[in-house]
Amino acid sequence: MEFNLQDVDAIIDQWGPKPASLLQIMLDINHRYHYLPKESLSRVAERLVMPINHVYSVATFFKVFSLKPRGRTIMHVCTGTACHVKGTPRLLDRLEQDLHLKPGETTADMAITLETVNCVGACASAPVVVVEGVTHAEVTPNKVSKIAKGLRQRESVASDQ
Amino acid sequence: MNRLNSMQDLETLREEAIARHQRLKKWVRVCSGTACHSQGGEQVVHAFQQYLNARGLTVEYMVKPTGCNGFCAQGPIVVVEPENVFYARVGADRVDEIMERTVLGDEILDDLLYVNPETGAKIAHEHEIPFFAGQERMVFHSTGINYVTDVEDYISRGGYSALAKTLSEMSPEQVIAEVKLSGLRGRGGGGFPTGVKWESCRRARGETKYVICNADEGDPGAYMDRSVMEGNPHQVIEGMIIAAYAIGATEGYIYCRFEYPLAVKNAGWALEQARAYGLLGQNILGSSLSFDIFINRGAGAFICGESTALMASLEGKIGEPRGKHIHTVEKGLWNLPSNLNNVETYANVPMIISNGGKWYAGIGTERSKGTKIFSLVGKINNTGLVEVAMGTPLRKIVYEIGGGIPKGKCFKAVQTGGPSGGCIPEALIDLPVDYEKLKEAGSMMGSGGMIVMDNETCMVDVARYFLNFLTEESCGKCVPCRMGVKRMHEILAGICQGKGEPGDVERLEELCNSIKESALCGLGKSAPNPVLSTIRYFRDEYEAHIHQKKCAARVCKPLITYEIDLDKCTGCGRCRMKCPEGAVLGAKKECHVIDEEACVRCGICLENCKFGAIYVESVGIESPIFVQP
Repeated sequence: MEFNLQDVDAIIDQWGPKPASLLQIMLDINHRYHYLPKESLSRVAERLVMPINHVYSVATFFKVFSLKPRGRTIMHVCTGTACHVKGTPRLLDRLEQDLHLKPGETTADMAITLETVNCVGACASAPVVVVEGVTHAEVTPNKVSKIAKGLRQRESVASDQ
Repeated sequence: MNRLNSMQDLETLREEAIARHQRLKKWVRVCSGTACHSQGGEQVVHAFQQYLNARGLTVEYMVKPTGCNGFCAQGPIVVVEPENVFYARVGADRVDEIMERTVLGDEILDDLLYVNPETGAKIAHEHEIPFFAGQERMVFHSTGINYVTDVEDYISRGGYSALAKTLSEMSPEQVIAEVKLSGLRGRGGGGFPTGVKWESCRRARGETKYVICNADEGDPGAYMDRSVMEGNPHQVIEGMIIAAYAIGATEGYIYCRFEYPLAVKNAGWALEQARAYGLLGQNILGSSLSFDIFINRGAGAFICGESTALMASLEGKIGEPRGKHIHTVEKGLWNLPSNLNNVETYANVPMIISNGGKWYAGIGTERSKGTKIFSLVGKINNTGLVEVAMGTPLRKIVYEIGGGIPKGKCFKAVQTGGPSGGCIPEALIDLPVDYEKLKEAGSMMGSGGMIVMDNETCMVDVARYFLNFLTEESCGKCVPCRMGVKRMHEILAGICQGKGEPGDVERLEELCNSIKESALCGLGKSAPNPVLSTIRYFRDEYEAHIHQKKCAARVCKPLITYEIDLDKCTGCGRCRMKCPEGAVLGAKKECHVIDEEACVRCGICLENCKFGAIYVESVGIESPIFVQP
């Protein structure tokens, strides 16, 4: 998504330019761009009338925020306890082999980012992987390979067009 | 919809909603909880709706997308009412058949019924299934039957009648007295008496007071709050309004994890409906009470489940906790009196008011009253949400309700209390589950996650997993937690890598004891629990890792090898072709072998072998390398 300050302003206006809205505003910006663009943070600090270091402290404290641009698709692998005992480590190993990504890393073409999440609360379906809001249940290493392959193929079709 | 301006308006609406429901010949409940959703529940709902619309059957028949049913292992779940016929693992392709034969006809589709794995018998009705029959569902009773997006459905089942009773018949002091009498304790983990907290908050001086709902369910492996929030948000909202009345609060917040988007969405809808019906806002139900609730999303920090960190985060600051000597009931959010309870705690309140504190106090054990919802997950047959009375023996939860351990494996331990809790071993399987007994056993209630482990789970690895979690989630404010937990994690990671040294266990114990004494908040103080409880019950596993370099559960990668069973290998070559490292050697149609040096223990060969010829071994070494001085 193309960055522009009007969108950032619209998000700020939606929550109101007050300190208590900081986290909610940043969540929306992060959701929109998959990361927190530097310009957006200065804008937030300016509009909420707070020091930029306060904005950065929040941006670096919470796990969901990223200061680095992330891929067009984010794969969230759940590392909750139920998922762990049912084999998440092997899913991460397989993704490292297939995509050459460790958690937190993005493919060179900015297509896919691999992230871990502490628990998505779908413990009965463990282990789970969430891609674009879709929860994949009872994922095996072979299944996760297929999901990654599907994403790769979709990307290459998109770039051909 | 008209605003409800009096208790009478509410009763009239209730009668109308009940009458509307009574006109239905049959209705179909389709679980729309997370697990069923991920298995295709949404398409099932859609298919039912299409069938009804296409044939003009929407007056006498209805499809209800409900909150979580709880029996997540069998999703997507469809229940035909009023007969209570339970169908498991239903695909959208079976909907027409169900409509024609079970809903319009009275037939039961045999192949969709739940099969009792022990007896092989098919069970037709939901209430006869052992998973449900063994439970005492009170808080979670209506989540699985509640039409999520319709407040009138909640009202038709007696919803908001506790609020009406509170506003018309009770003084705030009476509400508090009733909650105190019930013996309700915080369901978020701490177990602090709810009524006492409300009373202190009522007494605290401040012009504005806040009621906050902690829906930042951070314990990995626990999802009961998510399900209640997603499936029955009005029950929580009603509890919060009653709390606001008792305390004298005017504003409320629900702090929900961003990882739970559906909970945020459904709670948002519920709040809008409640406002439209006059159940929130100015002069609720025509009374003098004015109160409104707002939702805030968390941003993926475990520590924000801690009360003071949560409030800091609500103020737009980083989620660092503060010392406990200043109570949040006196100086909480914006330094004003604030009452914080967990989702499940608020969800208990309406029934306490409706039925009386004395009734509630009759359930449970001497010091732990009522019921508790547990998320029974991990290596267990019937994964799902289970609500039982406090004091129910662990054995009943694991075997009777949970259906035991899959694939004929042995039960090893159950982990409760998340990263602040511990592991309960097989020897304590008859332990009655309540706040005190779990604490005595070295664990804690926590928010209610129960992760069952079998003999293929390595307890040292579990301890390492939790310490890794806590290292990442420590906010960094106090040294014991920031540095101490990190050192513990390093020692544990070393042991799992086969680099453990004699004395490591003692070093861990020493660190545990100092961190327990000196950390600032609950996260740090309880961080040693996963380590201490596994050392207490599984010391032999630690010793085997350290001295024999052996992982009996065959989990710790550096201590295992992949082997090929020469009797089973057909030489098909599949593993050789799949291996990313070229570690499998052998000619076609001849037995293959694995080059241990080149093998990275990824397990691709094992997963792809069609003959079950590949197995994992942890041989260890005969005698310890290190000799104790």
